[in-house]
Amino acid sequence: MRALLTRDLRLAVRAGGGFGLGLAFFLIVVVLVPFGVGPEADILARIAPGILWVAALLAALLSLDRIFALDHEDGSLPLLATAPLPLEMLALAKAAAHWVTTGLPLVVAAPLLGVLLHLPGQAMPWLLVSLALGTPALSLIGTFGAALTVGLRRGGLLLSLIVLPLYVPVLIFGAEAARRGAEGLPAQTPLLLLAGIGLGCAALLPFATAAALRVTLR
Amino acid sequence: MPVLTGVSFRLAPGEGLVLRGANGIGKTTLLRTVAGLQPPLSGTIEGAGERAGYASHADGIKPALTVAETLQFWADLYRAELPEDVFELFDLADLRDRSAGTLSAGQGRRLGLARLAVIGREVLLLDEPTVSLDAFSVKRFASFLRERHLARGGIAVIATHIDLGLDLPTLDLTPYRAAHDAAGGSDEAFL
Repeated sequence: MRALLTRDLRLAVRAGGGFGLGLAFFLIVVVLVPFGVGPEADILARIAPGILWVAALLAALLSLDRIFALDHEDGSLPLLATAPLPLEMLALAKAAAHWVTTGLPLVVAAPLLGVLLHLPGQAMPWLLVSLALGTPALSLIGTFGAALTVGLRRGGLLLSLIVLPLYVPVLIFGAEAARRGAEGLPAQTPLLLLAGIGLGCAALLPFATAAALRVTLR
Repeated sequence: MPVLTGVSFRLAPGEGLVLRGANGIGKTTLLRTVAGLQPPLSGTIEGAGERAGYASHADGIKPALTVAETLQFWADLYRAELPEDVFELFDLADLRDRSAGTLSAGQGRRLGLARLAVIGREVLLLDEPTVSLDAFSVKRFASFLRERHLARGGIAVIATHIDLGLDLPTLDLTPYRAAHDAAGGSDEAFL
C-alpha cells in the first residue's frame, strides 16, 4: 500500500500531475467572492465559513476524475488489481493520495484565505479543525464516485452529480462548526458529527469502492 | 453472455500453453478470467489466483516515472526484490534513467514485460506479449520465458499470433466458441 501511495504522490508532484490545481482553484474562488459580494467587512465575515467550505469542496471535486481514470487509460488498473494488494487497500491508498495532494493543501491555505474574507481570528482554529476532519471524508467519498464512473465517457460530469449530493452532510457540519467558531459559540457537536462521518466513510467506503472497481474491471 | 464454452486445460510446473484463435474469439477473456479479473460464468479455475501475473495489451506505464522507478514500484508492490539483471535481460540498461514517457513503443513493451521478471509470479498470463517488439526482442523475451521462467518451474499461458520458437503445446480456441457470438459478443470491442 505504501508503494502505491508513494507512486501516486510522486506522479502528482511531477509535470502534468495536477498537484496544486485544486489549491489554485480554491484560491481563485475565494478571491472572487469579495468582487461579487462587495467589500463590506461584516458581510464577508458572516459568509466566510460557508464560502471557504463550499470552495474547498469544489476544489476537492476538481481532481476526483483523475483518481482512477489515468490508471484505467494506460491499463494499470487490471495490473494493480492482480497485485497482492487487496482492492480495498488500493481504494484507501488512492483516497489517501488524493487527500495529501488536494485536501491537505486546502486545510493549510484556508486560514490565510480566511483573512481575505475578514474571518475573525477566533474562528481560525475551528475552521482548520473542521477542514482537517472533513476533507478526508471528501476524498473517500470522491474515490468511491471515481470508481463508479471510471471508464465511462463524460464520466467526470456524472461523477460530480453522484458525489456532490453525498458531500452535503460534510458541508453542513463542517461549515456549521466553522460558523459557530466564528461567533464564539461551542462547536463540539458539529465537529463530533463531522468526525463520525469521516470515520464512517473510512470504515465503509473502501469496500464500496472495491466492489465498484470489480464491476468496472469485468 | 458466454464467449467460450467447454474450455479445459491443466498445466504442471514448467509447462506452457499457447492460445490460438481468430480475433475476438475470446483469448483475452479467457486470460482475464484465469487472472481473476472476472468470474467464470460456470466452471472452476484452480491454482491461479494469488500465483498469477497478468500482462495485457497495455503496459500501464506512467510517463512521469523513469524506467528504474517503474520497475522498483512493481517490486515494492509485490514485496519482491528488484533482480539485478532485469535491466540487461530486457535490454533496458541504457534506458534506466530515461522517463518512461519518452520510450518508443517497442521499448515501452520491453519495460512492460520486464515487470513480469520483477513480480515473481509463478503463473504468467500473457496477452499478445510480442506486439510492437522487433525480432531480436522477441527472441530475448522467448529465452527469458524458457530459461528464467519455465525452467524454474513456472507456468505460462500465452495468447499470440506469432511463433515464439518455444515449442509449447497449442490450444486452438475455435472449437470452443460459444453459440451466439454472431450477436457481437466479442470482448475486444469493450477493452
